[in-house]
Amino acid sequence: MTTIAIRGLTKRYGPETAVDDLSFTVEPGQVTGFLGPNGAGKSTTMKMILGLAAPTRGTVTIGGRRYADLPVPLTEVGALLDAGAVHGARKARDHLLALAVSNGLPKRRVDEALARTGLEGVADKRAGGFSLGMRQRLGIAAALLGDPRVLIFDEPVNGLDPEGIRWVRDFMRSLAREGRSVLVSSHLMNEMALTADHLVVIGKGRLIADTGMGEFMRSNGKGTVLVRTAEPDAFAPLLTAAGAAVREGVESSLVVSGMDGGEIGKLAAYHGIALSELTPQQASLEDAFMELTQDSIEYQGAGA
Amino acid sequence: MTTLTDTAAVPFHRTLRAEWIKFRTLRSTWYTLAGLFVLGIGIAALAMDPAAASYRDATAAERLDWDPTALSLRAFMLAQLVVGVLGILVVTSEYATGMMRTSLAATPRRHRLLAAKAVLIAGVALVVGQVLMFAAFFVGQALLASYDVPNASLGDPGVLSAVAGSGLYLTAIALLAAGLGVILRATAGALAILVAVIFLVPAFAELFPSWTQGLLDYWPTVTGTAVTATVADPDFPHPWFNVGGMCLGIAAVLVAAFVLFRRRDV
Repeated sequence: MTTIAIRGLTKRYGPETAVDDLSFTVEPGQVTGFLGPNGAGKSTTMKMILGLAAPTRGTVTIGGRRYADLPVPLTEVGALLDAGAVHGARKARDHLLALAVSNGLPKRRVDEALARTGLEGVADKRAGGFSLGMRQRLGIAAALLGDPRVLIFDEPVNGLDPEGIRWVRDFMRSLAREGRSVLVSSHLMNEMALTADHLVVIGKGRLIADTGMGEFMRSNGKGTVLVRTAEPDAFAPLLTAAGAAVREGVESSLVVSGMDGGEIGKLAAYHGIALSELTPQQASLEDAFMELTQDSIEYQGAGA
Repeated sequence: MTTLTDTAAVPFHRTLRAEWIKFRTLRSTWYTLAGLFVLGIGIAALAMDPAAASYRDATAAERLDWDPTALSLRAFMLAQLVVGVLGILVVTSEYATGMMRTSLAATPRRHRLLAAKAVLIAGVALVVGQVLMFAAFFVGQALLASYDVPNASLGDPGVLSAVAGSGLYLTAIALLAAGLGVILRATAGALAILVAVIFLVPAFAELFPSWTQGLLDYWPTVTGTAVTATVADPDFPHPWFNVGGMCLGIAAVLVAAFVLFRRRDV
């Protein structure tokens, strides 16, 4: 089983610290979501994993070895950092062939990668004419060439249409089910809620959270309960008296926090108040994330 | 340079083959090569008519300097620019498109990747340069013969060395261009420096202090002219000595390129 181990990773560009003493581990068999606002240091971290940028301090190892020391890199790590990182005048098949040959992989791997990403039909077209979605697929095909145990994707759904987003999401899940370690970065929090099992959240280059998705939601998203009754004016003071915080929701509903659905139901029954709706509201990952990274957003809009 | 001697799982020839695939799968490669031959042989052909005319008008003393071989090889002056563009693009097209990151992710040993690029461009330029210069020689001599002025054949003293030497000169320029491509990481910048090195510096040589004169004896274009001559130029009694000096200079550029290529983030 191959894990990515990041230990004390730091990258400075002059006086700017892009990544600051970052440590976390990407485990096999799950999708690890790598979250942070734009400019948080996600891409820099991924470049350091692949040896494209040299860390100022700290280490990154893949299955215990530095990336540059992997004897046949594409068979161990597949990466899509930038869908544009292709020569546009080259045909998709030739692009993949050159990469496969450079790692001594058989030619049939090119056809397999094209098939798995649904690119057979455009394999002999020049990559420069591809839509963004097709370029993403070509990048993913390149990442899959060596059938690697570790996959790294930087913002893979950026700029994709809904169908493309869904395809990438399902694809990440299936790669993890096959036992691979999948690291996916995104600044789209709700996207991660649907894809990732584990979350690593960074802001301003520093680690903010490293936790399971469920745990993250429980500890950071304070749930509320939507209550609907014919007598909101009578019920609201009772809830407040019982220790809950109540605010008015849409269509004369009540949004209650500080009590769960069961407790609210019991309270209503005790006072003989009929409820027409009692729905726990899950805090969105977006909310949890905003709460967590409030201090670490680099450029905050006025009035935000 | 431990990267080249490592007992790596992927042998070096695979890296080289991948570079060859990248090179041959771009249409621009073939357009550039076609342009090189049209330009090179075209110039060799067009230059023969005025050359023949100048021979007819020449005095007996001037005719002693008549060098039909050098005249037919004069096309190297422009050919070196085209070969230089090819050498630059092998490196800078990858920076311009972002392909360099993909290439380095597949081949993270940087010296190995750059060595493969250097071997590729040297091999291509060697073959192309020799074919071009031999073609230019034969076309040029055939035309001179048709104009009824003295011409050279390959067996004449110094001719084979001049023709093969000019092809080798083009190979060296291609390597210089690739080195500049690595150092500058941009096509326009590398080409500007290459043009300055090849054309501008020799043109302005008279303005430089006298101590630079020794250095300029090994300067690319100057050396190139010396090596294509079969009639010995008193300033360059041993042209291959000048070629050697030029190659040392280019080797220094390549060393700088290898050092920078390893150290820089991509």
